Amino acid sequence: MKSIRERMSGNEAVAYAIRQVNPDVMPAFPITPSTEIPQMVSTYIANGEIDTEFIPVESEHSAMSAAIGSEAAGARTMTATSSAGLALMWEELLLAASNRLPLVLTLVNRTLSGPININCDHSDGMGTRDTGWIQIYAENNQEAYDNYIQAFPIAEDPRVHLPVMVCQDGFITSHAVENIELLEDDPVREFVGTYQPEEFLLNPGKPVAVGPYSVSNYAMEAKKAQEDAMEQAGEVILEVAERFEKMSGRRYGFFEEYRTEDADYIMLIMGSAAGTAKAAVDELREEGWKVGVLKLRVFRPFPAKQLTEALRGCRALAIMDRCESYNGCCGPLGMEVPAALYRNKVMLESVNYIYGLAGRDFTVDHVKDIFAELREVADGRMQAPQHKYINLRSE
Amino acid sequence: MRTDVTKINEKTPWQGLTEGLQMFAGGTAKYFATGEWRTNTPVLVQDKCRQCLLCVPVCPDVSIPVKDGKRLDFDYDHCKGCGICASVCPFGAIEMKEGIEP
Repeated sequence: MKSIRERMSGNEAVAYAIRQVNPDVMPAFPITPSTEIPQMVSTYIANGEIDTEFIPVESEHSAMSAAIGSEAAGARTMTATSSAGLALMWEELLLAASNRLPLVLTLVNRTLSGPININCDHSDGMGTRDTGWIQIYAENNQEAYDNYIQAFPIAEDPRVHLPVMVCQDGFITSHAVENIELLEDDPVREFVGTYQPEEFLLNPGKPVAVGPYSVSNYAMEAKKAQEDAMEQAGEVILEVAERFEKMSGRRYGFFEEYRTEDADYIMLIMGSAAGTAKAAVDELREEGWKVGVLKLRVFRPFPAKQLTEALRGCRALAIMDRCESYNGCCGPLGMEVPAALYRNKVMLESVNYIYGLAGRDFTVDHVKDIFAELREVADGRMQAPQHKYINLRSE
Repeated sequence: MRTDVTKINEKTPWQGLTEGLQMFAGGTAKYFATGEWRTNTPVLVQDKCRQCLLCVPVCPDVSIPVKDGKRLDFDYDHCKGCGICASVCPFGAIEMKEGIEP
């Protein structure tokens, strides 16, 4: 399969993928650091390269509302946002999922206020973790591009019919220019296919009401059905990944295991910082350490069983959260990963670290320090310092 | 195949419901007697009504039926008693009464 070698930022890569998919409708409102995406898509439209209907709305609340209306009407719809923009969509995110609309949202992760700050962490995406959206996180521009193309077949699969959030780290991925291998337009269009919903509003003679009021006698059953679709999504995500590998040669799963096979110590991490962790692992391996990285790609559905199997056998685990939960004990992954391990009866030492909030640097040396600490914990020379902040000034 | 929504009822298991509770039928609101929510009730005073029909389009619940160009009495199964009809009537032919009974 022919590929095109280019240099692009994460935002450019996603805009390029949008051009190739040529969705029917894009309602969007600009917010840093995702602004470039609707801006570049508008340029593609103005140049006549795609015929997407761009709706300039007055807020993100309207962007998601318009997206829901458009998708329900039968049009393939997507939008882009970050941080407070995603927060303003909150109510509609839940509606998109519960109305079973296969929307695609590209999220450029940025911290939530306050203090007000425009840089990367995962508090926006993590804040919406219970809204019923599938969430896929990228390490770099290549993954942001590849994940975006896979999002539509996942969302639109009749076993799923759920919206997908495709996430990349603000500025670190969205604005840094890196090498990328792009696919040609035709195979991408063929891969994504034509959107042919079975039921939609603008379908004369086949009336349908979307999102009707539900009395208590039905609402709980509807929620269970939605949860079941999220469970089904796991299988579909893997099928789409397999099909994508045949086209691109690039392999994806729920997570990437980097040198974890014989690893005594594993760092579980999401997003761009996985690259930093891999670099540290390479250096430590040279020194004879058995260390590895488990990079979580699919956060929703949460691959609890598969994670457990991948982690079984390591001596100690660092669970890295780029988000504070303000719950007095841990970050979101610091809560969910141990729950998965415990439920599947895998008992291993784990330490939850908070790093990189609001764009704070996270370096190879920080990763090495964490692995050193894990060894101390596993050897019983120190107590696990749970919920510890990395690279924080402190008395 | 479209699910036959008339076969869905309060005993249907979750697997048998439509996705997102989509309703594959039109005009189903008539089966839901929202008139039960009424705390005030409009009453048509036949003598004063000139059949101008100004009340008909303003009713948010389509509860003023029209036949052969003339309005009929209220559809009390669906009228929520908002009183908009009474306030637009130029002839005082609609009186609002307290309570659910006309």
